[in-house]
Amino acid sequence: MSTKSVNYFEASARTRIFCLVDTDSFTEICPPQLRHTSPHLARLNAPVSFDDGVIVGRATVVGHKVLIASQEGKFNGGAVGEVHGAKLRGLMDKALTERPVAVLVLIDSGGVRLHEANAGLIAISELMRAVLRTQAEGIPVFALIGGSCGAFGGMGIVARLCTEVVISEQGRIGLSGPEVIETVKGVDEFDSRDRALVWRITGGKVRRAMGDATRLVDEDIGAFRSATSELLEKYAENRLKPSDLASLSVAHARLAARAQKYDTARDGRIMFQDTGFTDLEGVALMPIEDFNRQLGEVV
Amino acid sequence: MNMVFDRLFGSGQHNIGIDGDFFSGTATVGGREAVIIGTCNNAAIDSSLAINVADAILRTVREDSSISRSPRTILFLVDTQGQQLSRHDELLGLNGYFAHVAHCCDLARRRDHRLVTVIHGEAVSGGFLAFGLMADRVYALPDAQVRVMDLRAMSKVTKIPYDKLVVLAEESPVFAPGAQNYWRMGAVDELWSVDDDWNRCLASAMIHTTADDGRACLGRERGGRILAAPIAELIVSA
Repeated sequence: MSTKSVNYFEASARTRIFCLVDTDSFTEICPPQLRHTSPHLARLNAPVSFDDGVIVGRATVVGHKVLIASQEGKFNGGAVGEVHGAKLRGLMDKALTERPVAVLVLIDSGGVRLHEANAGLIAISELMRAVLRTQAEGIPVFALIGGSCGAFGGMGIVARLCTEVVISEQGRIGLSGPEVIETVKGVDEFDSRDRALVWRITGGKVRRAMGDATRLVDEDIGAFRSATSELLEKYAENRLKPSDLASLSVAHARLAARAQKYDTARDGRIMFQDTGFTDLEGVALMPIEDFNRQLGEVV
Repeated sequence: MNMVFDRLFGSGQHNIGIDGDFFSGTATVGGREAVIIGTCNNAAIDSSLAINVADAILRTVREDSSISRSPRTILFLVDTQGQQLSRHDELLGLNGYFAHVAHCCDLARRRDHRLVTVIHGEAVSGGFLAFGLMADRVYALPDAQVRVMDLRAMSKVTKIPYDKLVVLAEESPVFAPGAQNYWRMGAVDELWSVDDDWNRCLASAMIHTTADDGRACLGRERGGRILAAPIAELIVSA
């Protein structure tokens, strides 16, 4: 791990891995040298990438064995195609035999890659099943989100399947991006250029306040590493208990109550208000530490 | 909807209540009771529809675990234009609601319920991910429309000329709309024709459904998705 501060948002998929895991512990599986590129992009004369926009491998984090994947948001918006999706799915299946302490997925993706949309959609559903199966076998899956593409479309669903979701303030989670909603439903429905509004709907702080993210961390990769290692410590000591009828019934009641309570809500301010924040304009500028402390007092 | 129900189950063999875009109930197929959960009117799946689906799945798991009978097959009858596009649903975290439905499907599967999808209308993008694609097997009725995006919209977003996409769609199933394309890629198991006996098809489907995810292998066999299986295997064996 590098000791100097590296910004997660700006870092490449590869840099994120190297700064997150123990020094010299990362071994890539299916590296760019093997050139498993997308034939579908090539057929459309679109640029290809030798790793198809996702890096997968093994590593340790503070000595804990992990499998890790990192999506490159700068290649096609981290979008999932046939090869990209198969690498992620294969990594989940690999967890069943390797039994790592956790699988880490550094999500930076707008979802399905339109150039191979059907393949991408199917790949994401296969990944969803694989993530669920891995967790059912007692292996937790962590989503780390803090890149420019956030976790949207099918990858937004995958993020919420994960056992833990570590997010930074600039990280975003959602299903349909603001631009898509604006294009289809008009600017009155969602003004995608209103950055403060976009952030209050999809951003790290509102997701943490609502409990959809389990940790909110600083932009520094070191902060992602600290949070991840704490979580690994927790699951190394107490094995993940697979979800059952009781736990899903609790989750169900919580989501049903949320939909009912906020049946007309269209702005994240209400979420901050209901989690005890009094200065609603100041939340955006609030240091992460103070924000987390505030949530701690309420929870 | 009753016409589709009659053809799938036989008249008098189903007891399904429709409430807006959502319906649920039971039906008898091949002499055994199945649980029916469905959407209609090209429903846009929003948080409340997702809650309805999840609720019906959890209720089924609960009912079948409290009495001594073998877990019933859950049948998803899918018709969705995709996810609801709204600021409100995004704020609620619609992706989380969809993930919850997937969690419920996973629980039902682990509790030995078989999950079978029949697409009777549209199956589009995120709506299909939430409702339908998580089943063990997927079947399409003759009018089924399966897609992520139509070619005109895709042309706009990818900046690839529409005419070129139309030509390329002839040789590759990976991006163009169509249930046939999803069949070739292994995500739709069978396409049922107008002349097929749907009741018989369904009864046979329910008997042969297993809980494994064999879609990538099926896609390789059918030649529509030849890389997904070998790449995943490469990662597993490395």
